[in-house]
Amino acid sequence: MKVLVCISNVPDTTSKINFTDGDTKFDTNGVQFVINPNDEFGLTRAMWLKEKQGATVHVATVGEANVEPTMRKALAIGADEAIRINAVPTDGFFVAQQLAEVVKKGGYDLVIGGRESIDYNGGMVPGILASLLDMNFVNTCIKLEIDGETITAVREIDGGKETLSTSLPLVVGGQKGLVEESDLRIPNMRGIMMARKKALNVVEPIEGIHATDDKKFDKPAPKGDIKLADNVDELVTLLHNEAKVI
Amino acid sequence: MSVIVYTESENGKFKKNAHEVASYATKVAQQMGTTATAVSINCSENETLGDYGISKVLNVQDDSLKPFNAKAFADVLASAISSENATVLIVSSSSDAKYMAPLLAAKLKAGYVPNVVTAPESTSPFQVKRTAFSNKGFAHTEITTEIKIIGVSNNAFGTIENKTDITVEDFSVDVDSNFKTKSTNIDKVVGKATIADADIVVSAGRGLKGPENWGMIEELADVLGAATACSKPVSDLGWRPHGEHVGQTGKPVASNLYIAIGISGAIQHLAGVSASKTKVVINNDPEAPFFKAADYGIVGDAFEVVPELIEKLKEFKAQNS
Ligand SMILES: Cc1cc2nc3c(=O)[nH]c(=O)nc-3n(C[C@H](O)[C@H](O)[C@H](O)COP(=O)(O)OP(=O)(O)OC[C@H]3O[C@@H](n4cnc5c(N)ncnc54)[C@H](O)[C@@H]3O)c2cc1C
Repeated sequence: MKVLVCISNVPDTTSKINFTDGDTKFDTNGVQFVINPNDEFGLTRAMWLKEKQGATVHVATVGEANVEPTMRKALAIGADEAIRINAVPTDGFFVAQQLAEVVKKGGYDLVIGGRESIDYNGGMVPGILASLLDMNFVNTCIKLEIDGETITAVREIDGGKETLSTSLPLVVGGQKGLVEESDLRIPNMRGIMMARKKALNVVEPIEGIHATDDKKFDKPAPKGDIKLADNVDELVTLLHNEAKVI
Repeated sequence: MSVIVYTESENGKFKKNAHEVASYATKVAQQMGTTATAVSINCSENETLGDYGISKVLNVQDDSLKPFNAKAFADVLASAISSENATVLIVSSSSDAKYMAPLLAAKLKAGYVPNVVTAPESTSPFQVKRTAFSNKGFAHTEITTEIKIIGVSNNAFGTIENKTDITVEDFSVDVDSNFKTKSTNIDKVVGKATIADADIVVSAGRGLKGPENWGMIEELADVLGAATACSKPVSDLGWRPHGEHVGQTGKPVASNLYIAIGISGAIQHLAGVSASKTKVVINNDPEAPFFKAADYGIVGDAFEVVPELIEKLKEFKAQNS
């Protein structure tokens, strides 16, 4: 089985968000980049498939050279090979088209992406990719068991979960649950050394649609001061009379 | 040319977000000088959409479309869009909508923008405002394709009454019910508010010390008709199910009232819950960062404050009902 894990290079979750160039661009100054958390759960699940079921695991991303440290980290965690499509990932549709090309050429059976990336929160790359290649698709996937031809997947739904039966070729939009938090791996020295020798192939993008364009960014208005209640009576009164929420 | 809205239902009844997306679609239709048409699948109360400005419903009744199937539902909507010559599709932010919309986007070569919080800022060019960076920012995004798909954030636009004459037309689509991805089981709490659509969410963190102390959290949620939620470490420790984990890497919360008990207010937690309209914090540490992000708060021990709050709310309810 050939598995492709799609990785988005995103600001660390603790990052303060700022914009630059007249609020038209995200300000990367002083920002640490990491593997998108949702993708990291997927990558770890893929490592399990590699170790237990002999899968080959590649990772791919759309990005410029500055994303390579994140790809090296994925290799250090255990991916066999990395592919970087050399383009700025500005639009989800465009990114999905680029990855679809990689999937088609590489003959992958299973593609694991994240439910959403924590920067632009588009949540569309896995679904568009699946649809473009007519592969099966499970979103917000919290469990994935592959037993020969049969696949059992569980997806999170509002207020519960749904079990789905499906088959390869499959695309998954993953998140926590695919593996537990405690299963996530920190690259060790050996992994990091080995990652240096693994292939990180750069391919040029194909022509694609840019469906959306972020014209401008801004931040939420600063929050007013909190009102502290001295006791529960006062709190209930405030919530009823002032906030009108109970 | 019209605006199409997918109004979700469950067991024949509209979900709470259906009236919000209908109101949103009506607004977009007004901006574009056209009308709004709803697509409704296996619902038995279609006329109610006329209260929110919808003038036509394409009523799909088809047993092979039970339960939800992302690909089949996308096929139905694609067919409705083509038969109505629609250029704009409005969907909600439910887990089903977020599953289906990308499939439709690919099929229709449409730009899809989720997490939209206001009516379009302009319809020519077509520009919407959405959250980005997990609620730490907003993007003003232009959709440049001919067909546009907008995912409306929960509880951001609200419902707007607008009584309109409505016609309900039967609409059928040939569904190949031999689905390649099939639902085999749905495990869902019934009769309890969910984090996705609750008006009030009661959330607790590591300050509660252990799973055995969640009785009072559930009771408080019960009194308020609220959904229960928790911080990430609480679900990682197995004190509460993963489905309750809210925040940047968990579920987003956009309720009217969010009550955080024994939660410090880490940046990742706040990112996911900041879309809630009123935030209340109960924490015994006055320096907890949540006090900077909340609207109301009490500095105090949760084990004293929460039981008292439950009693007061019960009294309050008895007086006000
Ligand atoms: C990549 C990444 C992603 C993350 N994503 C999320 C996310 O999505 N959601 C999330 O929640 N976290 C997330 N986190 C974790 C986050 O950084 C915090 O660690 C977490 O939110 C803290 O949870 P907590 O507030 O329950 O616990 P703590 O930070 O331990 O806070 C407990 C609070 O309880 C208070 N307290 C203690 N006793 C009492 C008492 N008797 N009465 C009242 N108050 C009391 C304390 O004063 C303290 O403020 C993420 C972290 C990382 C690194």
